[in-house]
Amino acid sequence: MSTTRRAFLASAGVAATQDLAHAQEQNHGHDHQVVPSDPALRVKALESLLVEKGLLDRAALDVLVDAFEHRVGPRNGARVVARAWTDPAYKKRLLADGGPAIAELGYKGETGEHLIVVENTPKIHNLVVCTLCSCYPWPVLGLPPVWYKSAPYRSRAVIDPRGVIREFGLDVSEDVEVRVWDSTAEIRYLVLPERPVGTEKMTEEELAALVTRDSMVGVAKVSVRKGGAA
Amino acid sequence: MNGIHDMGGMHGMGPIQIEKNEPVFHADWEGRIYAITRALRDARFNIDLSRHGIELIPPADYLRMSYYERWLIRELELLVRLGIVTREEIESGHAAPDSSTATPALSAARAAQTALIRGNFSRPESKAVARFKVGQKVRARNINPVGHTRLPRYARGKTGVVARHHGIFVFPDTNAELQGEQPQHLYSIHFAARELWGEAASNHDSVYLDMWDSYLEPA
Repeated sequence: MSTTRRAFLASAGVAATQDLAHAQEQNHGHDHQVVPSDPALRVKALESLLVEKGLLDRAALDVLVDAFEHRVGPRNGARVVARAWTDPAYKKRLLADGGPAIAELGYKGETGEHLIVVENTPKIHNLVVCTLCSCYPWPVLGLPPVWYKSAPYRSRAVIDPRGVIREFGLDVSEDVEVRVWDSTAEIRYLVLPERPVGTEKMTEEELAALVTRDSMVGVAKVSVRKGGAA
Repeated sequence: MNGIHDMGGMHGMGPIQIEKNEPVFHADWEGRIYAITRALRDARFNIDLSRHGIELIPPADYLRMSYYERWLIRELELLVRLGIVTREEIESGHAAPDSSTATPALSAARAAQTALIRGNFSRPESKAVARFKVGQKVRARNINPVGHTRLPRYARGKTGVVARHHGIFVFPDTNAELQGEQPQHLYSIHFAARELWGEAASNHDSVYLDMWDSYLEPA
């Protein structure tokens, strides 16, 4: 392990990294050292240390990674949307209280995840953002994509929602009201997109296949041609 | 704190980069730091303390780092701050000879049951009194705390209407500082886009923010 890397690991703390960057700036005249130089190595070292101290069960990590890579994702939300489109009583329950309604389909979110489902109509278009960090309805959409957590989206979704939506290829007409939901608390938001015309004969399963992740965040509509939330 | 994380309404961040068929994690280490963070979350941690840990990353570094690089830096800092590991242990990669060993907070079996459950943030048993009613006109207070807050700058001093009463929730501003949950009523507040951004905004667009009781005053 090089001296630099050791210095890095030692200075994990923010205040310390600032000091280190400062010291290195003075030593070498550059200041890019605060960004982890090799996060893969540092995460591996941290994991080993925590296992050695008895604080971590590696198998638990495997379970968590697997859950979010394979079990939880926008397919869950797509099933919720398709059910709401085909079952008016379910839609009513979903809009009244999202948490218990998604739990009916087996998506755990009733503990702690307070879910509000907002419905797109010909007159209202909803868009979800978390300007302060990365809040996102995990049980129904999984972990958010990079763009959702990025500065361009977070900074502009509240001040220029129409421009943001346009960047995703969707024009929202001027006479449609745009409602932006900034997730500043432990309430999570899911958009119930409009059911596309020409899908009247489709089964719930076929409808679910049309519903995309982006349509449930509010940066896209559901169309009959494109589909697939994963 | 008036940090870089509070970026609603800022300009100059560039176009949105949309990746086709994006993987959940872009490298193994991203999944590992995600899982480590989740697995360690016992009673010593709370979500607000964690969020504040990210906010404390200096602005230039915050913008330069990827999302999970921030998670790594935050985790190392919190572990040291809470006395769970020492900087020496992080440096050496090994437990100090005299340190006691613990039992993992999360076993694989329990992880399988609770992968999605993030803890209950509402505290309906609190006796906190709701100061505002649905339909009431309110103003977001102009506060600039140096610590954690979930009241974004772009809404401070602006007038809106209570759209929904969510119930009683843990107050992040104190919880992040380990000064207790101090539960308060939480509301969804409707702000007209023009109130927030001026005449250039569309006159029928709006932004809804969730706000705790003490963020608000009657208007």
